[in-house]
Amino acid sequence: MQNTIIIDGQEIIFKDGQTIMDAALAAKIYIPHLCHYPGLTPHGNCKLCTVNLGGKSVSACTTPAMSGQQISNNTAELNEARTTVTQMLFIEGDHICPSCEKTGNCKLQAMAYHLGMLDEHFSPFYPRREIDASHPAILLDRSRCILCDLCVRASREIDGKNVFAIAGRGIAAHLIVNSSSGKLVDSDIDVSDLATNICPVGAILIKEQSYTIPIGKRIYDQQTIVEVGLQEAISEKTKHDHD
Amino acid sequence: MTTTKIRIATTSLAGCFGCHMSFLDMDERLVALLEHVEFNRSPLTDIKHCDPCDIGLVEGGLCNAENIKVLREFRANCKILIAMGACAINGGVPAMRNHFDLRECLEEVYINGTGVEQPQIPNDTELPLLLDKVRPLSDVVQVDYYLPGCPPSANDFLRILSQLLEGKQAVIPANSFHFD
Repeated sequence: MQNTIIIDGQEIIFKDGQTIMDAALAAKIYIPHLCHYPGLTPHGNCKLCTVNLGGKSVSACTTPAMSGQQISNNTAELNEARTTVTQMLFIEGDHICPSCEKTGNCKLQAMAYHLGMLDEHFSPFYPRREIDASHPAILLDRSRCILCDLCVRASREIDGKNVFAIAGRGIAAHLIVNSSSGKLVDSDIDVSDLATNICPVGAILIKEQSYTIPIGKRIYDQQTIVEVGLQEAISEKTKHDHD
Repeated sequence: MTTTKIRIATTSLAGCFGCHMSFLDMDERLVALLEHVEFNRSPLTDIKHCDPCDIGLVEGGLCNAENIKVLREFRANCKILIAMGACAINGGVPAMRNHFDLRECLEEVYINGTGVEQPQIPNDTELPLLLDKVRPLSDVVQVDYYLPGCPPSANDFLRILSQLLEGKQAVIPANSFHFD
């Protein structure tokens, strides 16, 4: 007998060891996510992938698939909750799209488009967080960081380094750089590292490249986050290159 | 039948008038629109105060006391209030000054700025007092509809106005708008 789960009425097969997210993506079913990237250890912190499993809310990226699970994913209620989560991510940081180099390539922005988020509902925090422009080629703007932890995991698991970490708790949580000075210039980060390139928002940017592709011709100007999310995976070549 | 026309007021608060320019990008379609609407208070008419209106289009966020006064006049007079563009919705580019103290901004421009002669921070009583931070419209009044974009396109304006003119609720579908 095959291992199967049911997502929104559709029966799909899963392999042992897969999470609900793994099984869904393999079956080309999109579950919204920001802090998950296939190939990295799931972290379950953004909560966009919250699904309903037998009346209980669980993170699809961290919950193992088990035979017979009945899961609701693309429902009005869950998408409304996801919109609220996205609105909170917007107002807690500094997400002024017209002034951000990442616009059009930003997953947070694309998630808002996908969910039909027209406004931010809550009053913005306008936080003041430290910018690290010390590195000649890489910029870190913490005011845009959504604490997804992708750069932390990419650095450790794929790049074989340990450049980033999240420090502090609650509203004081912030991204730190593991170097003697705490600055990027004194870390061993490279432009080609996955950690440099995986940021879903405009927190980690490669300098002097942001406008090589004009606004209007960028990733999410051409494709939806659903289309992109169903294609994403860390290639075996990337993994191998960094071994 | 001018009495049956839908009355629209528009204003630009802490914005760049880009939304108004984009509104005018309707070009010849404005002629057809004007068969159904008339403009009240607006930079397009130079009428200085709102009469009771059906729709108010507000561009820009709130950066000073006068912005709040104008916004309240719009809310009091407009049945439907639309926040148009990024600045009206979340403060937008002017809100980038929120990274700094207001005094720092004023000193940078009027005291320490390049080429400044006779440095002094303007304090004429006719100047509206600046707010500590630039804020979105929804921090002060109830907003009925949000039209994102920097600026929203002429098509975005036409679509929302067409829906409202037909007496329908305005619906902006997912993946049909941009924040930039």
